[in-house]
Amino acid sequence: MENGNGSAVVVAQDVTRQYGEGDTRVDALRGVSVDVPSGKLTAVMGPSGSGKSTLMHILAGLDKPTAGSVVVAGKEITTLGDSELTKLRREHIGFVFQFFNLLPMLNAEENILLPLTIAGVKPDRARFDELIRSVGLGDRLRHRPSELSGGQQQRVAIARALVSEPDVVFADEPTGNLDSKTGGEILELLRHAVRDLGQTVVMVTHEARAAAIADRVLFLADGNIVRELSGASAHEIAATVEEISAQ
Amino acid sequence: MIRFSLKGMMGRKLRTALTALAVILGVTMVSGTFVLTDSIDKAFDAIFSSVYEGTDATITGRSAFDLSDGSGTTAPPFDESLQPEVAALPDVAAAIGGVAGEAQLVGKNGKAIVFGGAPNLGFSVDPTKPEFNTLTLEQGSWPADGEVVIDVATASKKDLSVGDQIGVQAEGPVEQFKISGLVKFGSVDTIGGATLAGFNLPTAQQLFRKVGKLDQIRVAGKPGVSSSQLVSEIEAILPEGTQVRTGAEQATEDAKGTDEFISFLRYFLLAFGVIALFVGAFVIFNSLSITIAQRTRELATLRTLGASRRQVRFSVIVESLVMGTLASIIGLFLGLALATGLFKLFDAVGFTLPNSGLIFSTRTIIVSLLLGITVTLIASILPAFKATRVPPIAAVREGATIAPGRFARFRTPIAAVITLLGFAGLLWGLFGPDLETTQILLFMILGMVLVFIGVAMLSAPLIPGLTGILGWPGARFGGAAGALARDNARRNPQRTASTAAALMIGLALVTLVATLAGSIVQTFTGAVDKVFVGNYAITAQNNFSPIPIDAAAAAAQAPGVVAVGNVRTGEALVFGSTEFATAVDPGAAKVINLDWVEGSNAVLGELGKDGAFVDEDYAKKHDLKIGSPVEITFANGTTATFTVKGIFDPPSGGSPFGVVTISAEAWDAQTSSPKNLYSFVRMDGGESEANAAALEAALKPFPNAKFATRGQFVTNQISGLKSILNVLYVLLGLSIIVSLFGIINTLVLSVFERTREIGMLRAIGMNRRQTRRMIRHESVITSMIGALIGIVLGVILAGLLIFKIDLIDFSFPTSQVIIFAIAAVLVGVVAAIFPARRAAKLNPLEALHYE
Ligand SMILES: Nc1ncnc2c1ncn2[C@@H]1O[C@H](COP(=O)(O)OP(=O)(O)OP(=O)(O)O)[C@@H](O)[C@H]1O
Ligand SMILES: [Mg+2]
Repeated sequence: MENGNGSAVVVAQDVTRQYGEGDTRVDALRGVSVDVPSGKLTAVMGPSGSGKSTLMHILAGLDKPTAGSVVVAGKEITTLGDSELTKLRREHIGFVFQFFNLLPMLNAEENILLPLTIAGVKPDRARFDELIRSVGLGDRLRHRPSELSGGQQQRVAIARALVSEPDVVFADEPTGNLDSKTGGEILELLRHAVRDLGQTVVMVTHEARAAAIADRVLFLADGNIVRELSGASAHEIAATVEEISAQ
Repeated sequence: MIRFSLKGMMGRKLRTALTALAVILGVTMVSGTFVLTDSIDKAFDAIFSSVYEGTDATITGRSAFDLSDGSGTTAPPFDESLQPEVAALPDVAAAIGGVAGEAQLVGKNGKAIVFGGAPNLGFSVDPTKPEFNTLTLEQGSWPADGEVVIDVATASKKDLSVGDQIGVQAEGPVEQFKISGLVKFGSVDTIGGATLAGFNLPTAQQLFRKVGKLDQIRVAGKPGVSSSQLVSEIEAILPEGTQVRTGAEQATEDAKGTDEFISFLRYFLLAFGVIALFVGAFVIFNSLSITIAQRTRELATLRTLGASRRQVRFSVIVESLVMGTLASIIGLFLGLALATGLFKLFDAVGFTLPNSGLIFSTRTIIVSLLLGITVTLIASILPAFKATRVPPIAAVREGATIAPGRFARFRTPIAAVITLLGFAGLLWGLFGPDLETTQILLFMILGMVLVFIGVAMLSAPLIPGLTGILGWPGARFGGAAGALARDNARRNPQRTASTAAALMIGLALVTLVATLAGSIVQTFTGAVDKVFVGNYAITAQNNFSPIPIDAAAAAAQAPGVVAVGNVRTGEALVFGSTEFATAVDPGAAKVINLDWVEGSNAVLGELGKDGAFVDEDYAKKHDLKIGSPVEITFANGTTATFTVKGIFDPPSGGSPFGVVTISAEAWDAQTSSPKNLYSFVRMDGGESEANAAALEAALKPFPNAKFATRGQFVTNQISGLKSILNVLYVLLGLSIIVSLFGIINTLVLSVFERTREIGMLRAIGMNRRQTRRMIRHESVITSMIGALIGIVLGVILAGLLIFKIDLIDFSFPTSQVIIFAIAAVLVGVVAAIFPARRAAKLNPLEALHYE
């Protein structure tokens, strides 16, 4: 698998996405080309409605582009059928959601193991324990989501996204529903996943502080990538956001 | 994945339980029916084999053709001289002759002792060979001349004991007997609440008008002689009109009548269980569909985590499989309780069924579980496929909806095709040429099922309109709550349509039954008015049993009687097939008025020894004209030729006559103990108190006969139909209860789904009462839609049936329909109680936080 540092796990070329027809037509993406390098944390920023979520859904195979190509783990996914996409999600992709999306009737451990259960894979106990330790959920495994705080729920969700060691994890505003302190802890966790576990993460965020932990920040505006920063500080990022929204 | 499904169910306990109820009720009915009928069956088998214990062979009279049970015609008795001949056979140890008949017990007050419509059985008993007696002595002694033994149950109910006097009316007037002992029927107190009376042979022969005759000889062989050996030995000396069977064969033969009754009861009750399950299928389908829609995000999340469509489908099916299995098991065991309850119920209405312990057979278990599980699974197929259409993106995007299925565009055309196919099946079943009964039933049932499904699907587009109309009063006078209720009811037409459909089925069937019954009553009343031109009618106390002819003969002697017309009925062999035949005496010309195609009403009085009249269709079928000969073979084997003297057009609504009618004189000559079905009486001065008193006095010695004015006669005849109707209503009520649960379920799910919305309404000032009213209105609108469509459909179906039957004229059951509509509103109100309480209890703050 081309999981080596530096090579791209996701390659999108000239991706456009239109919603609706005629008068109500919306061009959410107007020809976006982007590489997601392996083992890096990529942040996506931009004003509301600029197409961040749309881009992410297309890169993850949840949505189909109107035109253009998307290659994930060496495979063109825009032409895949449902069962192949299912296989792709199982083997190569993890998700972290803004609203956690945990299953209420399962406890934390069951939620975390769900991707493996679905794939019919036996969990590796040692790795699982390691994962639990790293997300800091040791004593909460038997709790239901309703008995966990938002931050704890998102930790469960991150553990769930990491449990199957996907090639890339997509996170759409993972801190959008949390206070800033808890949000900071979650960001730290994602950073840790990239740095120490060698994961690849693509994260949409509105916060400069969050984007600052990224190796690379992409700026979207009106369906186009308009800027790209690497290893920028929160201050630089905030300035860029200002600049873009002013245009 | 299975564990996941189970956890999901646990997380939705209330919803699952409410859905399961829809299956439980139907399965309970199915299982209860099997347990009940198996238990009765076994008890009867035990009774009949105990009756013939020790009897190696029986000799009985043989009818010239196969008789159907309860036709009024019985096998002719044979000469008692056969008994000594049989007794003298080398291998015969004992041969005991006996007779049986109807013996009405008459209480001290001169009133007939009747329990419901149960028969009054009379037997001869032989004190010297009690082991051959059908009756077993419990107390006292066997009867001598002038004595009777009666059953323990009657004795205790009527407070009679050994030594008391009791009246008995058989073929002649009441006679007084002394009770010499109390008996049981084999090993049980009573069967079906029948009264039992036993006499010595000469007394019985005299009572049943069988002097010198026997109905049966029971034979015991010498030790070491096999039954078959004995049978062939007897066979060699049997005269014409008799037959011999082994004891075991006779037991089976005697059990035939009850076996038929039991299998009728079984299929009759099963039908309602299956209807309830069918309605349950709608409820399950609807609940699952709603649940799937509400779980969109959960299912989409599963998809993003790598679950395939198959896994999602599987999880839904596993869930329903588990629910269906649990529900079926619960229903299976509740069936035991239902059977016990039904035994008690039958007992309470005077129709005691023998019960020697509940039988829980493997067949009961298999069929009940199989039906319950299959119905649940079938109902879950579409929702399971719907679940596979949940797009993964719905996990992240609010408002992403489940994609419509591949065939969604064709929904209405498909529904129309299903409905048309259903009606086509129905019409073919009703009017198709040369169909057998089973085929007719099959086509009709299949047709009905398709019609119900098709109409349920078709009704979705009508929901907005119907809701607008039916919700108008609520919206107009119910304030904001009423208007919101109307809008809620139509915001998901498919859901409202399926919920209403469950109720629609029950109401369509109830309306069908009511329309049929109403039309029958109407037509019957019209027919009686036209045909019966006398003043009084004489019938049995229970309105339908044939009565000994002596009763009407006594009435004829009453002062003021101008004419009595008796109608005898029975079976005879005509043109090679067994037909319902009747006989009248000349008085009929003055009390019965028919439409004659050929001949005139005078024919009724001029039949003589060899005259006959036939109905129009029969005449056409066999090409009969005035003067045509008709050969009739009677049960006793005699064949005689009759001449057609008239052809009549039978009135719609019930002709008093069979296909062929001869004179009572000719009939009685060939029939042992002939009986009248009705007697009509014309009196000087018509209906008057004096005339009533005269008839009363004349009928005093015949307590099992009663007289009625024309009006009362109609009411009495209809009362049987009314009780059947009530039983049907109760049984169909079961499926209406199932649909009630369906409405509750939908409302609970809707309240759950609208938690935020209701919280918001509460937050902006809607109070609890208004909240409850909003839910209640929605419920009532839904149930009224179900009622409306159901009633219309029921009337259409009834119309088709009536058109086919052609003997009855359609009459719209206005008052019943009004009652049904009110009942539907009540169903809506009751269904809303629990969901409305839940909605009103929602805390506005919590509701808004609810995610
Ligand atoms: N299903 C849809 N149908 C029609 N238009 C849509 C749909 N989804 C998104 N859009 C439009 O596409 C554009 C991009 O939407 P997108 O959700 O990608 O924005 P975003 O950058 O994620 O915004 P936000 O920061 O608010 O989440 C918007 O104009 C939006 O209105
Ligand atoms: Mg977005």
